[in-house]
Amino acid sequence: MTEQNPSDQGISPQDQRDQRGQQGRHDQQDQHALAALEQRFARTIAADHRIEPRDWMPDAYRRTLIRQIAQHAHSEIIGMQPEGNWISRAPSLRRKAILLAKVQDEAGHGLYLYAATETLGADRADLTRKLIEGRQRYSSIFNYPTLTFADVGVIGWLVDGAAICNQVPLCRTSYGPYARAMIRICKEESFHQRQGYELLLTMMSGTEQQRRMVQEATDRWWWPALMMFGPPDADSPNTAQSMAWRIKRDTNDELRQKFVDMTVPQAEKLGVTLPDPELRWNPERGHYDFGTPDWAEFKQVLAGNGPCNAQRLAHRRRAHEDGAWVREAASAYAAKQAARAAARAQTPAAAREQRERAGVA
Amino acid sequence: MSGDGGGTGAPARGWPLYEVFVRGKRGLNHVHVGSLHAPDADMALRNARDLYTRRNEGVSIWVVPAEAITASSPDEKDPFFAPAGDKVYRHPTFYAIPDDVPHL
Ligand SMILES: [Fe+2]
Ligand SMILES: [Fe+2]
Repeated sequence: MTEQNPSDQGISPQDQRDQRGQQGRHDQQDQHALAALEQRFARTIAADHRIEPRDWMPDAYRRTLIRQIAQHAHSEIIGMQPEGNWISRAPSLRRKAILLAKVQDEAGHGLYLYAATETLGADRADLTRKLIEGRQRYSSIFNYPTLTFADVGVIGWLVDGAAICNQVPLCRTSYGPYARAMIRICKEESFHQRQGYELLLTMMSGTEQQRRMVQEATDRWWWPALMMFGPPDADSPNTAQSMAWRIKRDTNDELRQKFVDMTVPQAEKLGVTLPDPELRWNPERGHYDFGTPDWAEFKQVLAGNGPCNAQRLAHRRRAHEDGAWVREAASAYAAKQAARAAARAQTPAAAREQRERAGVA
Repeated sequence: MSGDGGGTGAPARGWPLYEVFVRGKRGLNHVHVGSLHAPDADMALRNARDLYTRRNEGVSIWVVPAEAITASSPDEKDPFFAPAGDKVYRHPTFYAIPDDVPHL
């Protein structure tokens, strides 16, 4: 009934390989057992219950989750760079403290998500390697530059805003650890969006030049923000399966529409124009109509040809290499402490043994 | 489960995995909030503070080596829990008491 050592994260990749190896044997008994497992998995999903790390799950479900959560984790980590660019040049101590806290949160989001992938048998070191080697993706949005401090505000407002739209439904995603990470992340994101909007409100009540900066940043980030929801549903072949598994809860186009509907009134309040001549309220649909993002540009950025792709990856690689001595020092310190503790633990016993030998006991 | 290195700087086997439990406030149980890798328990505790309690989410943290946890088998409905399933008499609602008996 009980097994050694299987916490949330305790299934080693080896165990999983064994499990898969076992499933690979195709005698009838195994097929029977497999069908029962598949049925139980399907029942759990249908009942809208969560799949937990030690439950049986189809290989493709596991692979899809690892890919999606890793991509999400990488986005949080790479996403620190565009704003990190402005920490040292924030215009006040207040703005600097806020920006630092926000960027630190993004690091935390990355870590929650890497931890979630490890419950599926992935390994964070391996995922980091794949990111650095350009073998796994992150969100296309972070390949655009932050040219002025207004970009910091617009990122909080539009990029974190779009992220929230994407992430709120993921709080109900079918995989337990992913859903729990998203709940934690969503709680923190609302500060991100509000600090950005507040920053923009402040700039809009400033000089003409500041207002122009806000409008220009809005013009540059609006379309890339719409692309954050992914390609149109018609070009998103994996959506149907992800929805059937209840990993995804809404389609790309549904989420994009929701984001536009939420954002238009915010733009009006702020006094900026969203750069889309086709944007208008459609009373029949009860939604805003809007133009089509430049999907050719989206594909180019995904393919590695965005304005900052090379810079982002090079920076991530350098940060990882520069951190090597810290990791080495921490390991060496832990080893030294462990050796000292072992020596201390031995001392009384060793002393007693000596006394006994000397006949003093 | 190996951890943190990404190829450079950490031991080949990676740092051990710790499960993190946080007591939200006095009077509540510690609750599992997630996990992290660290070279030792002290560092795990410091990292857990930075990672899981940036907004006063806790007054106390436990970190437990993941390997030290023994868990029941995966299926939450398996016979391991059957002994509790057929003992309805452990619940107060099992006992029929006339309505006019006060405070019971
Ligand atoms: Fe985030
Ligand atoms: Fe954020």
